[in-house]
Amino acid sequence: MATVIVVTSGKGGVGKTTTSASFATGLAQRGYRTVVIDFDVGLRNLDLIMGCERRVVYDFINVINNEATLNQALIRDKRVENLYILPASQTRDKDALTKEGVEKILSELKQSFEYVVCDSPAGIERGALMALYFADEALVVTNPEVSSVRDSDRILGILSSRSRRAEQSDNPVKEHLVLARYAPDRANRGDMLTVQDVLEILAIPLLGVIPESPAVLQSSNAGVPVILDEDSDAGAAYGDLVDRFLGKDLPHRFTEIQKKGFLKRWFGGG
Amino acid sequence: MLLRSPHAANEDPLPFELKGSLFTLTVLHLFQLDRAVIERHLLEKVKQAPGFFNNTPVVIDLEGMAEPKEGLDFKGLYELLRKHGMIPVGIRNGTPKHQAAARLAGLPVLPESRSNGQAKKPERTEPAPSRNRIIKHSVRSGQEIYAPEGDLIVLGAVSAGADVVADGNIHIYGALRGRALAGVKGDAETWIFCQSLEAELISIAGHYRVCEQFDPADRAKAAQIYLKEERLIIEHLTR
Repeated sequence: MATVIVVTSGKGGVGKTTTSASFATGLAQRGYRTVVIDFDVGLRNLDLIMGCERRVVYDFINVINNEATLNQALIRDKRVENLYILPASQTRDKDALTKEGVEKILSELKQSFEYVVCDSPAGIERGALMALYFADEALVVTNPEVSSVRDSDRILGILSSRSRRAEQSDNPVKEHLVLARYAPDRANRGDMLTVQDVLEILAIPLLGVIPESPAVLQSSNAGVPVILDEDSDAGAAYGDLVDRFLGKDLPHRFTEIQKKGFLKRWFGGG
Repeated sequence: MLLRSPHAANEDPLPFELKGSLFTLTVLHLFQLDRAVIERHLLEKVKQAPGFFNNTPVVIDLEGMAEPKEGLDFKGLYELLRKHGMIPVGIRNGTPKHQAAARLAGLPVLPESRSNGQAKKPERTEPAPSRNRIIKHSVRSGQEIYAPEGDLIVLGAVSAGADVVADGNIHIYGALRGRALAGVKGDAETWIFCQSLEAELISIAGHYRVCEQFDPADRAKAAQIYLKEERLIIEHLTR
């Protein structure tokens, strides 16, 4: 049985789409048939991050409205096997998302995929609610900053009260915390919340800490999920995150200040 | 929910208030209506206990009275009783004819006695469910939990931006970072307990305080909060 995972946050710009792209890519790299769906109808971004924007013909809303079949709308990733993207519509808005339509597509996708990753739009309105409603698990993306943590707390409340699992008193949605854009030196100086601060407020298991990294911006602009940039710190952190999700017990990296070695300091590398 | 008096400040102060209450009243069980006989017996009673009938309110119970042959003179009865220091405040039981006559004389008809004949068996009911509400998880930002007519018990934390509200007490076995309002129906005897006081606002029976007004020494401590002479008191919870 396929697992539906929503990547959500409440607040915008914290790294939901970056996380969705890398997470789905990582699952597919490890051999799982994975599809990632862009729920941000009207503000289509996932196709850009995944580098498939020029191959979008039909989209999520076309399939909901029976204007195209799922197979016509799904885009196969060229770099990683087992990975498909279902893009959002850029010309419509979130009202085009109906519960029945989303349910129909998800149940169809669950026939042929092992993981269905839903990239939620920001906010707590229709788009975000539709993205999380059918979820079995949730990656809650947060930045080490008070407003982002507050909004994630709000989303956790909605997950536990307004998801289908909550409404049907089923087992609750399994929650995972992804702390993105973390800079240990700034957290130590008190400019940012520390990992412990965030965990104390949100009180859900930590799946991964993604360091603030120039590699994320470079990858986004190049249309390559950052997890494929394995030499970068952010790429390595996403790799660990996927392994942890699949059950590996790995220590958290990138939560402490990286001390520059003697030689690095001497030669000014870094 | 916070307002204590329902009227606006610019109106007159409240002129009265209606409330139900229970009283113990003397009941005069009347068996006949011969005023001369009644008066004779009354005088005897007053002689036995002078001062007892000193403007004593009484209820006239007509259960033992036969169906009246002629018209009932409640007005005359009323004056007779007043003369001997009793103030009839109403009648009980009696036939519809009795009751109509009493109403004409300005005496209200009170509901029948419960102990009338066989005491009515109390209806078998399920044990009354406790009005308390237990929340077994954390209350997240944006959620509002209300426990009407009882206590609210939260086993997790209450996040910033969440409201926990109860007519009774509030117990929080985690950190209180949101708002907690106890005794919202006006019960000033309610308390708030929490494992770590980091609240945005606390309120008991409408007396509230925002976090800016907390003593910094109380912050992030286990605390109990109650009202004393209309002031919120915050005390550390010590084990």
